[in-house]
Amino acid sequence: MTKETSKKKNGTQEGRIWAHKDLLALKDLSAREIELILDTAESFKEVSQRSIKKVPALRGKTIVNLFFEPSTRTRTSFELAAKRLSADTINISKSTSAAVKGESLLDTAKNIEAMNVDAIIIRHEAAGAPKILADAIAPAVINAGDGAHEHPTQGLLDLLTIRQKKGRIQGLEVGIVGDILHSRVARSDIWGLTKLGAKVTVCGPPPLIPAGIEEMGVKVTYDLSEIIRRVDVLITLRIQLERQKGSYFPSIREYARFFGIDNEKLQGAKPDILIMHPGPINRGVELSPDIADGKYSVILEQVANGVAARMAVLYLIVGAQSEEE
Amino acid sequence: MALLIKGGRVLHGKKYALEKLDVVVEGTRIKTIASGGSQKGTFETVIDATGCVVVPGLFDIHVHLREPGREDAETIATGTRAAVKGGVVALSSMPNTKPVIDNGGMVEFILSQVEEVGLCNVHPFGAITKGLLGEEMAEIGELAEAGCVGITDDGRPVMNSVILRRSLEYAKHFNILVMEHCEDINLSEGGVMNEGATSTRLGLKGIPSASEAILVARDIHLARLAGTGIHIAHVSCAESVELIRQARREGLDVTAHTCPHYFSLTEENCADFDTRFKINPPLRTRRDVEAVIAGLKDGTIQAIASDHAPHPGYEKEKDFNNAPFGTIGLETLFSVSYTYLVEKGHLSLGELIKLLSFNPAQLVKLDYGVLEEGGSAHIAVIDLNAEYSLSPEDIVSKSKNSVFLGVPLKGAVRATIVDGKVVYSAF
Repeated sequence: MTKETSKKKNGTQEGRIWAHKDLLALKDLSAREIELILDTAESFKEVSQRSIKKVPALRGKTIVNLFFEPSTRTRTSFELAAKRLSADTINISKSTSAAVKGESLLDTAKNIEAMNVDAIIIRHEAAGAPKILADAIAPAVINAGDGAHEHPTQGLLDLLTIRQKKGRIQGLEVGIVGDILHSRVARSDIWGLTKLGAKVTVCGPPPLIPAGIEEMGVKVTYDLSEIIRRVDVLITLRIQLERQKGSYFPSIREYARFFGIDNEKLQGAKPDILIMHPGPINRGVELSPDIADGKYSVILEQVANGVAARMAVLYLIVGAQSEEE
Repeated sequence: MALLIKGGRVLHGKKYALEKLDVVVEGTRIKTIASGGSQKGTFETVIDATGCVVVPGLFDIHVHLREPGREDAETIATGTRAAVKGGVVALSSMPNTKPVIDNGGMVEFILSQVEEVGLCNVHPFGAITKGLLGEEMAEIGELAEAGCVGITDDGRPVMNSVILRRSLEYAKHFNILVMEHCEDINLSEGGVMNEGATSTRLGLKGIPSASEAILVARDIHLARLAGTGIHIAHVSCAESVELIRQARREGLDVTAHTCPHYFSLTEENCADFDTRFKINPPLRTRRDVEAVIAGLKDGTIQAIASDHAPHPGYEKEKDFNNAPFGTIGLETLFSVSYTYLVEKGHLSLGELIKLLSFNPAQLVKLDYGVLEEGGSAHIAVIDLNAEYSLSPEDIVSKSKNSVFLGVPLKGAVRATIVDGKVVYSAF
């Protein structure tokens, strides 16, 4: 799409209307709002391709990356996004925060708030932790992944990637394969995709398919070959290697045999199937190396789109604050 | 030393007739229950109960008073103050304090504190196993002698079947109620709310109903094997209700209580990650709420208790995974039960009062729950028409973690009388 769309939305009035203080979950957004973020992201993609990769949109704004869980990809992506919008950024990780001295999440946040920051990007191992912050403090709170709850910007960058490659979301068949139970990415993808009209099927070993997932508007199958033939997009999820200790499946070897994607399993797939993965990949487990690096894979596009999607989110949320002021 | 309660509708006798009568209390006993105007003489205290009902005071068989060990959450003084505000004249305290109530000395400590405070009566439960570790039987005989009316490892089950079997058998000799917290701790490990569509949506680890039902089923088998009764605490799910119903049909002495939150709230209350709703067993589904109400109606569940579980604010302010389980409930025990069971047409006032006083007292062979001439003067005066919604400032418990904050409730306790003494009055 999209040059036209981008031009239309770029810097127009429409692009600046944003109703939410925070971004906690894609569940909370309407299809219209998700599309606004995607359109805004399209216009920011170009910025990252310039030799001077900076626009002054958030000059003078301070954004804090508060990461209680290790993360390289997401933290770097948010930091780049903020810097390309000219915001000042600070990184606080669990080891450098006062959390190691026993300070509560709420106290940490209130201390940061007292320093007059504009937004806090938080990753936390506990589902709902960003909601605690958002309810307690004035700055915008952006969820960068909370437990198994949601990872909304990952959902947005996945949508952006699919839309770029397929030209639409509406009507697509999308499969999500792997550890659905523990995956915040799966949940954000499900909300985003279903809101925009895709048909989603989740697939994995039965113990990793959570109770009542159908109520989120998806179908369930345990048979990978059944979905491979009909999907336009296959999102594979990272399997935490320690899960086998929790008796969710017998071994990594057996997981790879039944749910890992390789050339053989892709026989019969649509010729333009997209293979996605939020990273980091366990090569030879979720994806064979030739598939991860092959023609169906859009994994590196996902990473590139991550910066654009996060720029859009920061621009709409933090930028909207200055409109009000 | 006489007290007159006049003008109220009195729920009296074993048949719980509701009539406009005056109650005269002398010392610790009810002297007369008779029609108005017939009371002559002077009274030291007169309560005008016009517009109110005068009912047997409540007996709450499941309360965490937290003393000793967690006096920052609750003390015997603040907990019993909350009790009498809720119309509770007597309660059973749970043994999961620090240290655990697993010996006679600890029981004596509690009873001496209770006497010093002098509000409601406390009939403690001791531990089934030493330190609640589930490994060795506590000195059950000594606990009974010191004044325990029951034993439980509440907060956790006795997971080892042989330990529970021997404890049931041994406790027979001391005529003491054995109460189980039913939860298969392997199945529920790490869980923080009911397992189902809501936990899946929120990404929170679920506790399946089966975790409770498996232990209920096991405990029924153990009671049959041991030839004893067993009491199931805080029944929360449809499967447990059905298992208990079957066991009682068979003639086994299996009894149970539930709590107000299990017939009024569901897992959906957790949807905003509000840790007040983190409770164990967890809030379940609409279907379970209906099954619990059906169990109360047909006698499968004999009692309603609060499972009053105070936690200081800073602990409940943690994220959902790390916040502690539990809600307070003493102050709202009657109002919530009345609002959700009587106002909604499931039970009569008399049936409700029986579940809140006479029945639980019978389980531990205590004399509460009947207003009659010559009987003990344990009385609550309640304005059934009063509507209110609880705010944190109203709470007298030391902890404010109530799931019923802001919920419109009906029926407010105006006075509580324990052993003939007015221990609470809001007239």
